[in-house]
Amino acid sequence: MKGYLRADGRKGIRNIILVTYLVECAHHVARAIVNESDNSNVQLIGFPGCYPNEYSLKIMEGLCTHPNVAGVLNISLGCEGFNREQLANTISASGRSVDTLVIQKSGGTRKTIAAGVSSVKELLLTAEKAELVPMDISELMVGTICGGSDGTSGIGANPAVGHCFDRLIEQDAICIFEETGELIGCEQIMAERAITPELGEEIMKSVEKAEQYYTKMGYGSFAPGNAEGGLTTQEEKSMGAYAKSGSSKIHGLIKPGDIPTQGGLYLMDVVPDGEPMFGFPNIVDSAEIVEMIASGCHLTLFTTGRGSVVGSAISPVIKVCANPETYDNLADDMDINAGMVIKGEATVAQVGDEIYDLVSQVANGKQSKSEELGHQEFVITYKKFEGIGPACLPTVR
Amino acid sequence: MINKHFVLLNKADNVFVCCKQLLSGCSTTLESVDISMTTDITVGHKIARNPIVKGDKIIKYGVSIGSAIADIALGEHIHMHNMKSDYIASHTRQSKAGEAK
Repeated sequence: MKGYLRADGRKGIRNIILVTYLVECAHHVARAIVNESDNSNVQLIGFPGCYPNEYSLKIMEGLCTHPNVAGVLNISLGCEGFNREQLANTISASGRSVDTLVIQKSGGTRKTIAAGVSSVKELLLTAEKAELVPMDISELMVGTICGGSDGTSGIGANPAVGHCFDRLIEQDAICIFEETGELIGCEQIMAERAITPELGEEIMKSVEKAEQYYTKMGYGSFAPGNAEGGLTTQEEKSMGAYAKSGSSKIHGLIKPGDIPTQGGLYLMDVVPDGEPMFGFPNIVDSAEIVEMIASGCHLTLFTTGRGSVVGSAISPVIKVCANPETYDNLADDMDINAGMVIKGEATVAQVGDEIYDLVSQVANGKQSKSEELGHQEFVITYKKFEGIGPACLPTVR
Repeated sequence: MINKHFVLLNKADNVFVCCKQLLSGCSTTLESVDISMTTDITVGHKIARNPIVKGDKIIKYGVSIGSAIADIALGEHIHMHNMKSDYIASHTRQSKAGEAK
């Protein structure tokens, strides 16, 4: 396996140039630059809001200095609240190339697009110089989420991802699972898997916080399609989702944008701290994928029953389909047919091994289905977090 | 795997999960008992493995996934009409925020 070596010592599995919009008002200009560049390694991300927000700045910093990213062009309107200077400084300090264009100082839409297109050409030239070096499985960071879950998700796809996670963690890779709101009901068994009792307490608290938050929102993390697919309650969905975490010890509890450095299994607490203030913790699956990428995930294992088709900017998404009927219906979008388990044609371990093999192939450059199809979904919303406490990242193994 | 239509995920469970749809009126043999479907059961849905009394826990994966809100007969479909979460209300496309279905 080979990776792109970055100046900060991290290794990436893709060599991406990001064009960012730092407010919705700069979105069209940024998109036009990406479209005109016409290169699948030139990708669009951004934050729509005009009000400053520490969380969104942290996430954008994490994304722009991601190991899969070689360089960044930031597009600012000029008067928005986003701290473009800090973002550019962070990118530059990581040794990546960065350019910022401010539309109000660059003569407007047409001139900024033209300047942006030539800036991207320069950035692509520096990206080409990135050195490809040997990369080990232990240097990989892999996230997992589920979307469009149904009654089959917890039987085939989620335990198979868990099996793959166990194998990755055995080799000292970093694996992240998340959405404490979708783990309501699993808090006790998760806490028992924590590497220290103190971490176990933090995990319990994070799920209690999620329950309070979602109760205030009026909805659990439970979509109508979940019910149509046979799931009845949040805790039923949770138990199925929980299987993605496999059976290894839980080594840490992180928040979005925190970057684990030691191999092991981490739970990401995605539910904001304090009084609920900006709405639902994560409005959609893509917001969760983006948070895991901001924490350094090279790729994401996405399990689905009803059939999600999304991919992501920056890091490839691998689709693991639990429902055999959905797989037949959406085969072009699915990388792995975990429906074999429910049909009795394969075991969980066999499908898990197949996922593991595909992880190393995709890490080595093979395109996942969503990548091939051009999916680059992306969303960041407003959120508020406090930092994690010392009990959340024990150093014991 | 119990038969081609249903799977028992954990021996402590009081539900079977459908892995191949079975239409209303069709019957199947589960643990030596012939059970006739009273409604269409599609993939991913649950039916009762034994009679369940209102207030009993529904057990799947060997753990509680909620409580029965009505008596449930052997082989009957178990879903939002006869069970509820012990944590937080579920909702459908027709729900309004804060209203339990």
